[in-house]
Amino acid sequence: MTCHPVARPEDETLATAYRTVAVVGPPNSGKTTLYNRLTGLRQKVANFPGVTVEHHIGYARAADGDEVALIDLPGIYSLVPKSEDERVAVDVLQGNMPGIQRPDAVIVVLNSNNLNTHLVLAARVIALGLPTLVLLNMADELQKQNGAVDVLSLARQLGTPVALVSAITGQGLEAVRNFLSSASSAPEPLELPVVGSTRSVREWAVRVGENANYRRPATPVWTKRLDNIFLHRTWGPLIFAVVVVAVFQMIFAAGQPLQNLLQTYLDVAGTWVGRLLPEGLFRSLVINGVWKGTGSVLVFLPQILLLFLVIGILEDSGYLARAAVIADRTMSRVGLNGKSFIPLLSAYACAVPAIMATRTIESKRDRIATILIAPFMTCSARLPVYTMVIAAFLPGRPLLGPFLNTRAAAMLGLYVLGFLMAVLTARLLKSTILRSKDAPFILEMPPYRWPRLSSLVLRLLDRGKAFLYRAGTVIMLVSLLLWAATNFPMHNGQPPAIQDSVVASVGHAIEPVIRPLGFDWKIGVGLVTSLAAREVIIATLGTLNGIDAESRSFDLQMALRHELTLPGAVALLVFFAFAMQCMSTLAVVRRETNGWKWPAAQFTYMTVVAYVSALMAYRITEHLIR
Amino acid sequence: MFFNFKFAAQRRRRAACNALADLKVGERAIVRDLQLEHPVAEHLMNLGFVPGLEVTVERSGPGGDPRVYRVEGTEVAIRRELSRHIHVSLVGASAFGD
Repeated sequence: MTCHPVARPEDETLATAYRTVAVVGPPNSGKTTLYNRLTGLRQKVANFPGVTVEHHIGYARAADGDEVALIDLPGIYSLVPKSEDERVAVDVLQGNMPGIQRPDAVIVVLNSNNLNTHLVLAARVIALGLPTLVLLNMADELQKQNGAVDVLSLARQLGTPVALVSAITGQGLEAVRNFLSSASSAPEPLELPVVGSTRSVREWAVRVGENANYRRPATPVWTKRLDNIFLHRTWGPLIFAVVVVAVFQMIFAAGQPLQNLLQTYLDVAGTWVGRLLPEGLFRSLVINGVWKGTGSVLVFLPQILLLFLVIGILEDSGYLARAAVIADRTMSRVGLNGKSFIPLLSAYACAVPAIMATRTIESKRDRIATILIAPFMTCSARLPVYTMVIAAFLPGRPLLGPFLNTRAAAMLGLYVLGFLMAVLTARLLKSTILRSKDAPFILEMPPYRWPRLSSLVLRLLDRGKAFLYRAGTVIMLVSLLLWAATNFPMHNGQPPAIQDSVVASVGHAIEPVIRPLGFDWKIGVGLVTSLAAREVIIATLGTLNGIDAESRSFDLQMALRHELTLPGAVALLVFFAFAMQCMSTLAVVRRETNGWKWPAAQFTYMTVVAYVSALMAYRITEHLIR
Repeated sequence: MFFNFKFAAQRRRRAACNALADLKVGERAIVRDLQLEHPVAEHLMNLGFVPGLEVTVERSGPGGDPRVYRVEGTEVAIRRELSRHIHVSLVGASAFGD
């Protein structure tokens, strides 16, 4: 990637013009909106090496027509490197971040509604000595709510250009374009009290604000009125419940059918393409390897996009912060905070979008903890397995009259089981490795705003791309590996029957380990193939028993009964409730935590928990039925 | 996790210096001291909880915790476990209906 794709006319310009400019600002300063406004679709996500922090690199056009690379740094309040976000910002600004050249200039985005607080960050950035532009964003709100500030006086006091802008209306943005082409020299260091404590810098900021005749705008009336309802003693939780049900409904009732529809289309297309190819290994590779792999990546897109649409609306409107306040009391009991609620809820549909949704959690430790417990929630891929096994082993008798029969009760029990393990794990994590002394629940409440379509669309594109490129490749790779394992070793140029393939050898190899759970090698094969998606175990068991899984679920139940004893079936259910039988989740965890450390730990932990619990379940059931 | 909220609040009502957690909704106070570990105190100061500034108890969450406080232009939700370590002195006797 080149940083300056537009050729410059003279060498002289090259020496002075900016090529890379960093954009910093506190959270809730409208930095992202401004960044999107400047770069539009010409941006991409990237991770800094070795950290979970993500940044965007995009291109903006300067006033003279040149393209300048803009680096969007994480939202930060100060440059005291105590959190990962702040360390990354400081490293990038000082040129210490490997892989990123030191920016030639900085744009600091502040919220003009909250100038005194945000000037603290500006002071610290200016002190770094790079040419700096200070933007007072949300000028439209400032003016509407009767606030005022003398920009010239501010510029004089800070020693940098200052502009009043609005990322939403586009007001004042020519100042940014002029700055990008100006190549001014570094600011004359004025007497900025950057070496002092936060308190002294804050006092300085108040003085600067006073000198610039800063008048803070009034709080929008609507925000107060809406908070009277949304945070009301009775209405608040009620509305929260309605929102939660709506989100849940959206993912289940809209996302699931969309996913199924997409799957059907992909299957049909696969068969269609298959007819065009000559029979043989190549066709199998294309259809069962590549095409299935692509399919298992693509099917997640509807749910991911839907969830991010909903979360985007909730977040941009300001309601998500209120929802977090309402959910906080409950979540604090397990050591998490209110922001974990929505991601955990969506994990009931699928852990993949849920884990991507954790990025609304500012605290790194809480975010990791939420990522680690999300797969314990009973996702929809577990349902076919539960249904099949329960139907095969448990006669459906009424338990509570017409309301609850034994099968539904068993299903409910498995939901509760997953939830309890999630709570237990959260407690364990938060009292050991992820104890967060550094980040108790502190949440800024932004004013209510109308969500903007352009920002929602950009976010969806961003998340969709991130998932396809970064997680998709891993899912694809594992799909191909699984395909190879079922199609090799070849006999006379023909793929083997599944019982002679590499997967079967793996099944046989792990048989001694899973024997105590009441599983034979066939179940072992199922456990391996279900890594692609949990429900695949059913089809695998069908194939191993010579049954077409699609049409004959009754025979499949017979096969299950042939394969498993009752204790074994209970063990299998418990195993599936706890085990990380999902490569897509692992791929997404790797992508969100930017490394294999957490997914590896998660896989190990969940497998151990699943194994031990399944063993206990087996023994207990065996004891009970004796 | 369970504190005797009311009793503690009543007892400390009269004292010149209160914990922010003990103020009632609508009351205003000047921040005096943040008796919290450095990173937490630093974060709160970055949000505006700086000694000398005025803080208003804006509203209470549905369950009474966390509560929303206002410092200058910022509204921040904080749990009681933090706000009881923020020492403040009351402004005026009562500031209802500001």
